[in-house]
Amino acid sequence: MITTLEELEEIANKKQCENNECREELRVCIGSSCLSLGAKEIEKDLKKSVKDRGIEHRCRVKGVGCNGLCAAGVLVSHYDNESGEEVLYEKITEEDTDKLAKAVESQKPLEEHRSDMSRGFFAKQKKIVLENAGYIDPDDIEDYIAHGGYRALFTTLNDATPMEVISQIKQSGLRGRGGGGYPTGLKWETVAKVDAEKKYIVCNGDEGDPGAFMDRAIMEADPHRVIEGMALAGYACGAAKGYIYVRAEYPTAVEKLNKAIKQANRLGILGNKIADSGFDFELEVRLGGGAFVCGEATALVTSIEGNRGNPRQKPPHLSDHGLWGEPTVLNNVETFANIVPILNNGAQWYRGFGTEKSPGTKVFALTGHIENTGLVEVPMGMKLSELIYDIGGGVSEGRNLKAIQTGGPSGGCIPADMLDLEVDYDSLKKVGSMMGSGGVIVTDDSSNMVEVARFFMEFCKSESCGKCVPCRVGTTEMTDILDKFINKEATKEDFELLKEMCEVVKESSLCGLGQTAPNPVLSTIKYFEEEYIKGIKDD
Amino acid sequence: MSAPTDARYKMVERTMKKLGYKRSALIESLHTAQETFGYLDKPALKFIAKRLRLPLAKVYGVATFYHYFRLKPKGEHNVVVCMGTACYIKGAKEILHRLEKRYGIGAGETTEDGKLSLLTARCVGSCSLAPIAICDNKPKGKLTVEDAVENIEKALS
Repeated sequence: MITTLEELEEIANKKQCENNECREELRVCIGSSCLSLGAKEIEKDLKKSVKDRGIEHRCRVKGVGCNGLCAAGVLVSHYDNESGEEVLYEKITEEDTDKLAKAVESQKPLEEHRSDMSRGFFAKQKKIVLENAGYIDPDDIEDYIAHGGYRALFTTLNDATPMEVISQIKQSGLRGRGGGGYPTGLKWETVAKVDAEKKYIVCNGDEGDPGAFMDRAIMEADPHRVIEGMALAGYACGAAKGYIYVRAEYPTAVEKLNKAIKQANRLGILGNKIADSGFDFELEVRLGGGAFVCGEATALVTSIEGNRGNPRQKPPHLSDHGLWGEPTVLNNVETFANIVPILNNGAQWYRGFGTEKSPGTKVFALTGHIENTGLVEVPMGMKLSELIYDIGGGVSEGRNLKAIQTGGPSGGCIPADMLDLEVDYDSLKKVGSMMGSGGVIVTDDSSNMVEVARFFMEFCKSESCGKCVPCRVGTTEMTDILDKFINKEATKEDFELLKEMCEVVKESSLCGLGQTAPNPVLSTIKYFEEEYIKGIKDD
Repeated sequence: MSAPTDARYKMVERTMKKLGYKRSALIESLHTAQETFGYLDKPALKFIAKRLRLPLAKVYGVATFYHYFRLKPKGEHNVVVCMGTACYIKGAKEILHRLEKRYGIGAGETTEDGKLSLLTARCVGSCSLAPIAICDNKPKGKLTVEDAVENIEKALS
């Protein structure tokens, strides 16, 4: 059990010394994408090869979270603790492990697998949320502490009042990373001001949005960062209990979080009287069951209570009437992961990244017809062209860019001629899309946009909880009408009806799922109307 | 009704006990039951309802609301085709169609001999490997239609 900052530093120093005993490290990415390409076996083989060559005293092999460049997995980084030099190897298979160990032994890099780290993909990123991903061992709390972990929590508990924490977060301008972009500080303040005996902190790790895997990577690569952010939220708002709601489809994330909570409990970093301060905080993981609607705040809390995930009318907002009727703060995984760097470096530092109205960085999952699929973190306000070409490496297989889809089933498609757009909450909203949780799906000229719109509509139809009529019936009807366009059997009246239904469903649905369901249709009609017209049969 | 004699119910009991037999333990208990038995059959649902003092209708309602819960047993082999956006635009639909035709079953169904279940997922979160299918818990990424069939043939033989 540790109770003081000094004891925390002691653990950090001890671990750093232990880390420095080995001058070099081979860090094998065991993020989900690399894992499915056999990263665990590679880690095992590398450990064996390093031992066989008798260099285990100078080179340690460890598994780390997602490095980001998933397209080139399995990734292994060779890091020199003394010089800080790093060589990244890509497309490593089980056949390459001994060659790699030999390269470490002979100090001659394995040129054919070496990745160019000066290219845009790496150079243009700014890692704040993901600063530990790819560096620390997510299974080891001491490694997190050695990299400065839990210092923010201990210093805050000792030196700062809850109101000071909230004021820092407010000044930083941090906005909810789940997609809505509501100011986090304001949300916390509302709950902090409510006088109640019990309050809750809830973390949304449900990430039901297809094409998005940012939160998964954060939970898997750096679970303690999320835990520390939640504990700080608990202190700021006066809550002693938190829940992390994670999809059951993410077994690795669940395992890492549970392990991390156990380790934190054992060290007394979670539990009663943390850092000898009188602040108690306990944390539990709750499994979701693969329902997209549970990403909606009121649906999520009712799911934690053990019910069907039906949303309800707001107000009352969660800040008054949340989990079990008590005031509740609900934030997304990435939002909580931003708290520690803000408190460590100050609000002004944070404001140095991003734009005036959307400070900081955003993690995006780049997927679809793009060369460098993977996970990237960039300052808010970056031009779309930089994100797609400089970082993403452009469209794959030499085809032409057609559209960029952001925001998942609630978002929209942005046409290729709007590449000068700056990516932040407000500008995306202005062009009919939205930030969403951060999935960026690139489509090339082989895609039919009506089919893309139908894909999302069918998704919303199947995910609609059925509670309110506009969403339940509307999404079904719209899917049927879109089918007519795909089969080239639509009439002009169908087109008018489709547009009208979009408006009705948007205006009259109960929750965010229904209210945003028409967005993919509306944005494709706006920018790719000719494709709809092609689906209208001749009279 | 006495508690089912099957020793595996102890696992479910343990989850409920850990959560103090509160009604909010329902979803976690269903997860444990599915993990233990492979799917949720009527005796399991009844058992959970009784122990948590919930109406069976409520337990059934929750179990059918979430896609993750299965009320029918899976086949000996399982293939989950990811239908997430990234997989979709890279041809997951064609893969699914081919498999449906090849084995004469629709998505979510099991072949008559109980050998193969064909399932779909909303998104498995490995979008950089799209299109992806999970064959017997092993992810197979960057698939072509031919790869997908070949992988299953291999598993079934």
